[in-house]
Amino acid sequence: MADPTTNAAPTSAPENGSTHAFIELKNVCKRFGSQQVLLNINLTIQHGETVCIIGPSGEGKTVTLKHIIGLIKPDSGEIYVDGVHVNRLKEREMAPIRQKVSMLFQGAALFDNLTVEQNVAFPLLEHGVRDLAEIDRRVRAALQAVDLDEHRHKFPTSLSGGMRKRTGIARAIIDRSECILYDEPNSGLDPIGSDIIDQMVLRMQRRYSITSIIVTHDMRSVFKIANRVAMLYRGEIRFLGTPTELRECNDPIVQDFINGRSDVTG
Amino acid sequence: MTEFSSGLLTLPGRTFLQFLVYLGQLAELMRELSIAVRSGVWRLKLVAQQIVAIGYGSQAVVIVTGAFTGAVFTFQSYAKFKDFGFETTVGAVVSVALCRELGPVLAGLMVAGRVGAAMAADIGTMKVTEQVDALRVMGVHPVDFLVLPRFLAMMISMPFLVAESISFGLFASYLVTSFGYDMPSAWYLTHMLDHTNMDDLNIGMIKGFVFGMLITLISCHQGLSAENGAVGVGLGTTRAVVISSLVLLIVNFFLSILLNYIFPIGTA
Repeated sequence: MADPTTNAAPTSAPENGSTHAFIELKNVCKRFGSQQVLLNINLTIQHGETVCIIGPSGEGKTVTLKHIIGLIKPDSGEIYVDGVHVNRLKEREMAPIRQKVSMLFQGAALFDNLTVEQNVAFPLLEHGVRDLAEIDRRVRAALQAVDLDEHRHKFPTSLSGGMRKRTGIARAIIDRSECILYDEPNSGLDPIGSDIIDQMVLRMQRRYSITSIIVTHDMRSVFKIANRVAMLYRGEIRFLGTPTELRECNDPIVQDFINGRSDVTG
Repeated sequence: MTEFSSGLLTLPGRTFLQFLVYLGQLAELMRELSIAVRSGVWRLKLVAQQIVAIGYGSQAVVIVTGAFTGAVFTFQSYAKFKDFGFETTVGAVVSVALCRELGPVLAGLMVAGRVGAAMAADIGTMKVTEQVDALRVMGVHPVDFLVLPRFLAMMISMPFLVAESISFGLFASYLVTSFGYDMPSAWYLTHMLDHTNMDDLNIGMIKGFVFGMLITLISCHQGLSAENGAVGVGLGTTRAVVISSLVLLIVNFFLSILLNYIFPIGTA
C-alpha cells in the first residue's frame, strides 16, 4: 500500500463502490450497568468508504468505534474486520488487525513523555521499522500532511488542543493502515484546522482507498466528506444513508439533530 | 429482616468475593507478565530508564532508612544487653536482624511508598487519558510495554537496594558502638562476622526479589485498573502503597517461616 502521507502517485485507484465489506457489525449489543448503549446494531462498511457516525452525545458512537478496534467486547453480536471475527480474539491476537486499523482518540491520547516526532514515529518503531532514515522521512511526511513539521520537537503538553489532535492524526496515518477510525477529529479545531482534517480524509479516500469511520458532530464536515451517514439514537441506528438522503429524510429526530434544534424553549 | 441487617450479613461474603476477584486479576496480570517475559521482547532502553528511576532514584531514601534504623536499633539494644553483660553481641544481633528482616522489609516499604506510588500514578494517568488504549490500538500489549520494563528493573534494583540498606545499617551500628559506647571495634566486628553467614544474606536477597515482584504487580495492577479521571488515579495510587505495604509485611512473616526452614538460624 502506498504511503498516504506522501504526494507520490497512488498505487491503486479508489475502490468506492467495491462490494468488499471491510467492517461488519451484526446485531451488536452492549450494556453498561443499567444503560443499554448499543441495541442490535447492524452496519456494513465497504473497503474505501467514508462513513460518518452522528448522533446525540452519550448514544454510543465512541463505543461503536471501540468495538470495531476491539477495545470493548460486545455483550452479544458479531464484529468482522476484513473478514476476521474480532470479538472472539484475545488481546494479543488482535495485533494483526490493529496493524490494519488505526484510531484517532477524542483527546488524541499522545504519550506525554515523548515529543511530537517521537509520538508519530512510535507505531513504526513498534512494528519493527529500524531504518532511521526511512522513519525520519515518513515522520516528516506525516507531520507535513497535518501542517505540524515545525513543531516536531515539542512535547504534547506545550501544544494546543488542535495541534495535539493533528499530531494524533499524523500518528494514525503513518503506519499505512487500511482503515482509520476518527473520534471527533474536528472538535476543538478552528474552521481552517477543521478543513485541513476534512481535506486529508478526502485525499486519503480518493488516492489510497483508505476506509474512514468518523464520529463527529460537525454537520458541515459530514456533508463534505461522507459517502454514507449513520445516526445513532437511543442505542439503535436511526438513519443510514447518503448525505443527500440525510438532508431529505423526513424523520423529525434526524432533522432536529442535523439542524441543531432542541425541544427546550426559552 | 430489614434491608440494612441483610446488607450487613451479606457484606462479609461480598468482601470475600471482591477479594477473590482481586486475586484473580493479579493472577491474570502475572500470567500476561510471564508471556511478556517469555516473548523475549524486553525493550532494554525502557528497562534502563526504569532502573535509573527505581534503583538509582531510591538510593537516598533506602540508605537513610537503613542507616538510622541500624543506629537506633544498636542504641536501644546496647543499653539492655549491657545489663546482662552481653553488649559485645550487639553486632551479631543487629547484623542478623538487618540481613534477615529489617534490611529487606524497610527497603521494601520505602520502595513501595516511593516507586509503587509512581508506578500506579504513571500508568493510571496513561489509562484515564486513553494512552493505554492508544498502545493497544497500535498493537502493543500494555503489559509488554508498561509492566515488563518496570518488573525487570525492579528485579535488578531490589537486591542492590536491600544490600545498601543492610550495609549502611551495619555501618551506622558500628559507628554507634565504636564512637558512642567506646566498644572496641574488634569485638563488634568479630562477633558480627562470626554470627552472620551467607544464609542471612541470601534471605535478604530472596525477600528483596519477592517484595519487588509484589510491589510491581500490585502497583501496576492499580494503575491499569484506574478509572474516573484524576480521582481514580489518586485512589489507585493510595491503594498501591497501602496494599503493597500490608502485603509486604504479611508475606514477610510467612516467608520468614519458610526461609528459616531452608536456611535455619543459629547454625553457623
